[in-house]
Amino acid sequence: MSDPTEPRGDASAGGDLDPDVAIEEPGAIAPDPAPSRGAPSKPVDDDVPPPSKWHTMLRQIATGNALISVLSVVLALLVGAIMIAFTDERVQETAGYFFARPGDMLFAVWDSVAGAYTALFQGSVYNFRRDTFAAGIRPLTETLTFATPLIAGGLGVALAFRVGMFNIGGRGQMLIAASIAGWIGFAVDLPWGLHMLVALIGGLVGGAIWAAIAGVLKARTGAHEVIVTIMLNYVAFYLVSWMLRTPGLLQAPGSSNPKTPAMKDSAIFPGLLDWLAPGYNLHFGFVIALAATVLVWWILSRSSLGFKFRAVGINPNAARVAGINVKGMYVYAMLISGALLGLAGVNQVLGTVTTGFTAGIDAGIGFDAITVALLGRSTPWGTFAAGILFGAFKAGGFSMQAAEGVPIEIVLVVQSLIVLFIAAPPLVRTIFGLPDPSAKPKRRKSAKEVAK
Amino acid sequence: MTTTAERPQLSPGATSLDTTVVTSWKAPIAFGIFTLIALGLAVFAPRAGDTTYRWSQESDVIQVPDLVVPAQQALWAVVALLAVATLSSILRVRSKRRIPLWLVVVFAILFMFGFLTWAGAGSSLPMIGLLFGSLSLAVPLIFGSLAGVIGERAGVVNIAIEGQLLAGAFTAAVVASVTGQPWLGLIAAMVAGMLVGMVLAVFSIKYFVDQIIVGVVLNVLVTGLTSFFFSQVLAPNAATLNTPPRFDRFPIPLLGDIPIIGPVFFRQTVIVYLMYIAVALVFFGLFYTRWGLRLRAVGEHPQAADTVGINVNRTRFWNVALAGAIAGLGGTFYTIGSGIAFNKEMTAGAGFIALAAVIFGQWDPIKATLAALLFGFASNLQNTLSVIGSPVPSEFMLMLPYVVTIFAVAGFVGRSRAPAADGKPYIKS
Repeated sequence: MSDPTEPRGDASAGGDLDPDVAIEEPGAIAPDPAPSRGAPSKPVDDDVPPPSKWHTMLRQIATGNALISVLSVVLALLVGAIMIAFTDERVQETAGYFFARPGDMLFAVWDSVAGAYTALFQGSVYNFRRDTFAAGIRPLTETLTFATPLIAGGLGVALAFRVGMFNIGGRGQMLIAASIAGWIGFAVDLPWGLHMLVALIGGLVGGAIWAAIAGVLKARTGAHEVIVTIMLNYVAFYLVSWMLRTPGLLQAPGSSNPKTPAMKDSAIFPGLLDWLAPGYNLHFGFVIALAATVLVWWILSRSSLGFKFRAVGINPNAARVAGINVKGMYVYAMLISGALLGLAGVNQVLGTVTTGFTAGIDAGIGFDAITVALLGRSTPWGTFAAGILFGAFKAGGFSMQAAEGVPIEIVLVVQSLIVLFIAAPPLVRTIFGLPDPSAKPKRRKSAKEVAK
Repeated sequence: MTTTAERPQLSPGATSLDTTVVTSWKAPIAFGIFTLIALGLAVFAPRAGDTTYRWSQESDVIQVPDLVVPAQQALWAVVALLAVATLSSILRVRSKRRIPLWLVVVFAILFMFGFLTWAGAGSSLPMIGLLFGSLSLAVPLIFGSLAGVIGERAGVVNIAIEGQLLAGAFTAAVVASVTGQPWLGLIAAMVAGMLVGMVLAVFSIKYFVDQIIVGVVLNVLVTGLTSFFFSQVLAPNAATLNTPPRFDRFPIPLLGDIPIIGPVFFRQTVIVYLMYIAVALVFFGLFYTRWGLRLRAVGEHPQAADTVGINVNRTRFWNVALAGAIAGLGGTFYTIGSGIAFNKEMTAGAGFIALAAVIFGQWDPIKATLAALLFGFASNLQNTLSVIGSPVPSEFMLMLPYVVTIFAVAGFVGRSRAPAADGKPYIKS
């Protein structure tokens, strides 16, 4: 929920190019002229006193990105609540005699919705039913665990977005990275630490190369990266499936299941909270994801490579005229993007599922990452925050399903609605009756003038 | 955002440079790779025995004799012919001439024949079943790619094809189960797909949200909605809500009795016949009617279209809605088209394959249909070969269509051009 502030912060750090990020809709640029128009307010009309500071501030809050984001989340949760209530059995029963005893149905609605959302919160942030703080905070660590691959993958998709490319190939890149890291993890003997590092690098290189195929083909032949990455998803899936059922490649020896053996201890990411109490799943991968966020932020807003990336993303024609090697940028961007999605895959096999993996190891994260990047507006810290929000939904969704029997798919609905609403500020403003930032500060006055 | 990045290289000046200097070598290289693959099969994995191509079923009135080919000799013959085709393509490129489309088609057919003969050595290939199944599997892809073609020709990228197919499959199953009428299910599916299309249109045209964002998000939304209602409502009440009746096969008299063609094309369900009509209508409408001219104008140059009095956004809105209805119709294949109950995410990425077919087919309804047929053929080929026992691991067979697509996109349609205003909102100034 804190995501709206992050992108803004990044925008100011990233210089004046950011408002023109390819992914932002034209409406998002609108808030900028508002303060400049509000400042010289005197010449507009003499008989109206200039707006007070409070008024201006309230206006900025009411029209800013932060409020839109919060309201989008509220709106999406509201739609989710309606769906939960309407499909609840007790609500349906009590609706049969709604006019005789309306209180029954209203109570049933409240019961189902409050129960579901309480379970969602307790499964993702803090569980009040536990005695100690350490046990109560465990859901939050679960959230961070779920968020780790989403952040890494989201960063990969976001980086490609910034260069004007759409990397749908997260699934394939994750699978290839997971296979390479997994193979190094269970088949090679190396000392602790070095083993992990080699497996990690192997996975990153695998993901990077798999994505770079699309980048090279786009640069050399003009093949559309959307097609190529979709196709590479399937190729990777079948390739990994084949390796998983072929003895001597990835299949566990002496087993006929398409599954690898467990990772060796020397390759597994160490737990971050094992000193607190056993049973915490949060592992070193989160630290790597955090480092990756910093790295992507540095690349995009501090390095000359990132400047070229953004230039190509905003206007490839102008970039080429300015002497930037546009085709080279496509390849570099896909390399980095693939490595980040590879990090998500490595994180799965060395951190989350260390007992051996199947072809479903990607767990749909490659596609979730797209939504995370969209919600994060393709900025590194925005993606980080969006990843944590979606991680919370995922962690809470499981406990909601277990405790209240609400299918976890409701989380998908809420997530997609949030992105949809945030992408369309005018819609949210219309629903809540908020003022339009692109309109003049004295809206009523100007509206009257228009009417005349 | 992707499409904008595409365009600069495709500007007229760059294209002519590319095609004369670089692009034309792609086809000979691709030809050479496939010839080497065939040669490798012949040398390193020789197969003994004969391959029998069966062209008729027992029930057919007119029986076509089986074609029996000695596998190894036929493969060598194919390798020789492929080498000739590759050489001729090299000669053509050296003399700065274009590779004609027929050469590509002949090459592909030859390679396919060689591969089938090799893979089916010692057994018989039921060609009717193979082709019939290919057509059936291609049905949702074809409807989906038609939807994509209409949307993109009007200037709206339709990534939500997957969601529209899924919405169609879900609604068709529920409505047909409740009413017992598959036709009502068909109509409901079109309405559902149209609603998804309208949401896409509203967000991309009215609120100027990036079309790719809306498309991706709508896919997630529809997946979430259908899966949620499946788990929560359909699964507990499967008997009343999720046992859709199916469209029976409806052989067309006379046409259905033509050897080979009849059993493949004219003994299908109503949905397949609707597909023929849809392809023909979209093709004719797009290129020979006022509707099509306006649609293409709006997608190529909205300012110009606006200047001559076409309401750009209204045209786009209704065409995206129409595209949604067509994709929804395609979704019926999964449930009432084959008599299967709805299940979570049962479209399994078909919408993305349809999207690939759109780009592969260069935004042309006929070419996109052919591309979709290719995908259908490849996935059914794997089914057939796994039945007769193929020497290749099934995963590699399943991989084949996707690898071929990558080659094709990189080799032959790399220079294809999207409609000029594709993916750009039109903001009237």
